[in-house]
Amino acid sequence: MKLTNDVEELNKIARELRIDILTMLNKAVSGHSGGSLSAIDILTALYFGRMKHDPAMSVEEDRDKFVLSKGHGAPALYAVLAKCAYFERSQLNSLRKLNAMLSGHPFSPSTPGVEVSTGSLGQGLSMANGMALANKLDGKKGHVFCMMGDGENQEGQVWEAAMTSAHYGLDNVVAILDHNGLQIDGAVSDIMGVEPLDKKWAAFGWEVIEIDGHDMAAILDAIDRALAVKGKPALILAHTVKGKGVSFMENKAEYHGVPPSDDELKIALEELLPA
Amino acid sequence: MNGVTRSVEKKSLRDAYGATLLELGDSNKNIVVLDADLSSSTRTSKFAKKHADRFFNMGVAEQDMISTAAGFAAAGKIPFVSTFAIFATGRAWDQVRQSVCLSGMNVKIVASHGGITVGEDGPTHQALEDITLMRVLPNLTVIVPADAHETSAVIKKVAETDGPFYVRTSRDKFPVLFDEGQPFEIGKGTVMRDGSDVTIIACGVMVSKALTAAEILLADGISAVVINMPTIKPIDEDLILKMAETTGAIVTAEEHSVIGGLGGAVAEVVSEKRPCPVVKVGMKSGFGKSGKPEELLNAYNMNSAAIVEASLRAVSMKL
Ligand SMILES: Cc1ncc(C[n+]2csc(CCOP(=O)(O)OP(=O)(O)O)c2C)c(N)n1
Repeated sequence: MKLTNDVEELNKIARELRIDILTMLNKAVSGHSGGSLSAIDILTALYFGRMKHDPAMSVEEDRDKFVLSKGHGAPALYAVLAKCAYFERSQLNSLRKLNAMLSGHPFSPSTPGVEVSTGSLGQGLSMANGMALANKLDGKKGHVFCMMGDGENQEGQVWEAAMTSAHYGLDNVVAILDHNGLQIDGAVSDIMGVEPLDKKWAAFGWEVIEIDGHDMAAILDAIDRALAVKGKPALILAHTVKGKGVSFMENKAEYHGVPPSDDELKIALEELLPA
Repeated sequence: MNGVTRSVEKKSLRDAYGATLLELGDSNKNIVVLDADLSSSTRTSKFAKKHADRFFNMGVAEQDMISTAAGFAAAGKIPFVSTFAIFATGRAWDQVRQSVCLSGMNVKIVASHGGITVGEDGPTHQALEDITLMRVLPNLTVIVPADAHETSAVIKKVAETDGPFYVRTSRDKFPVLFDEGQPFEIGKGTVMRDGSDVTIIACGVMVSKALTAAEILLADGISAVVINMPTIKPIDEDLILKMAETTGAIVTAEEHSVIGGLGGAVAEVVSEKRPCPVVKVGMKSGFGKSGKPEELLNAYNMNSAAIVEASLRAVSMKL
């Protein structure tokens, strides 16, 4: 795929993808709005700005791979994959429907471009490690990117996997923490505190790169810095806003697993479409 | 094979696994092995020594190990994953379900220390529920070899067959029942001894107990078929139904809970397709305790005497 460095262009794509996310969720009448919107700028930067990938798999040998460990953010991934032409854009209309290609959470056997199935939180980084270890064995240059949620960091397996990446010196793993501060039942700090995440990941042997996860230039720069780290894994600690881009969803835990109604979609599209 | 000429030589199933894995590792560079700090017990240590670059000790972190193996499989490797049966299936059940089975990942879980013959380590380490836990998972093939030679054959077959597998071996040595190099077919039970009054379907260490039971039964004038049923899933329905038809009474014998294991699988088949009495021999008393393997098998009625008793009961209940 042809990649771009153009921040304006990437921001434009992200805005279009936000519209796709909200539209598909509205049509599905269920699904996860908040965590898809907090993740989409980063996904845009990865798929259109940095990752070596191609729906035709023409770069199979050293292609980069992505694991959405926070699988409920599937709409964001689907929007990106459709725009990259991994599958027909019309598939977005049947998200979560019976026999559709797009399952409620990423399901690799049915969806081109989805590497592994996720949705049971806490397992993605382990799978990313397995893929990265395989790349090292085979002398392949590809990186494996893995996005987690901050609530997901309450899962013990995440820290088992964090040890594994560091122990095996997996500098071909780049983890991204979508640090939006919210989970289902409320603020992460109220439910089960996970801070200090920067110090925790650093103490587990990771290079930690902290950024504003909605600042496109900062995201691109962070990915570049993460890719340059040698001998250990890198984590991009991205401060994000759950529901980002839709005023009434921003920072509202209530919109974690709720799609926009018809009326809400109308307002959201007015906010997102260029004046 | 006729039970009468059975040898009493005992061999270790986990040793057979370690040796076979080493051999496969030499010829198939796609094989990688993961263990969770039990490689000396599971015998993956042999592979680890010879193929250090393809061996990954994951530490005491079974959940991470299973999902990491799924990642290896997603990248085209053939991961063999080993630890004790209770930890592979209990601690990491969700990882086996979500990371491995859901996508049909080519992950081979080969767990040692199945059943009560774990012995002295006691109930925390005795997997008596693993077959049930694994059998319910879609896409997963579940195999319990009966002796060391069958173990070797199973491991070779599993390595060359795409898809997720659970293979349960043991800590203890089991009597040798098969010739070395005998081929193994997934999903097929084998008739070890023919008969006409009752069919004993067994797996693992209980196959040798069943053969002994059949001899005792013969002295009582009851002629028992003995079937070795290594593949618990997919179970050999045709053979079960044929035996239900010809003998009209079935006994199952496993070193495992009577809930949901081999006995459950057999009962599910006959209850729907050809009803006949199915009497289960297995763990009926909850958790185990410390003791010697043979002492425990006797203490919890997983022995030849229990199979004889169950057979008499099954025969008396014939429809
Ligand atoms: C193992 C597991 N437990 C519970 C859930 C249900 N669940 C889905 S999303 C979620 C909260 C996740 O919070 P976070 O990781 O912060 O995600 P984000 O806020 O970015 O959407 C929970 C508990 C799950 N999917 N997996």
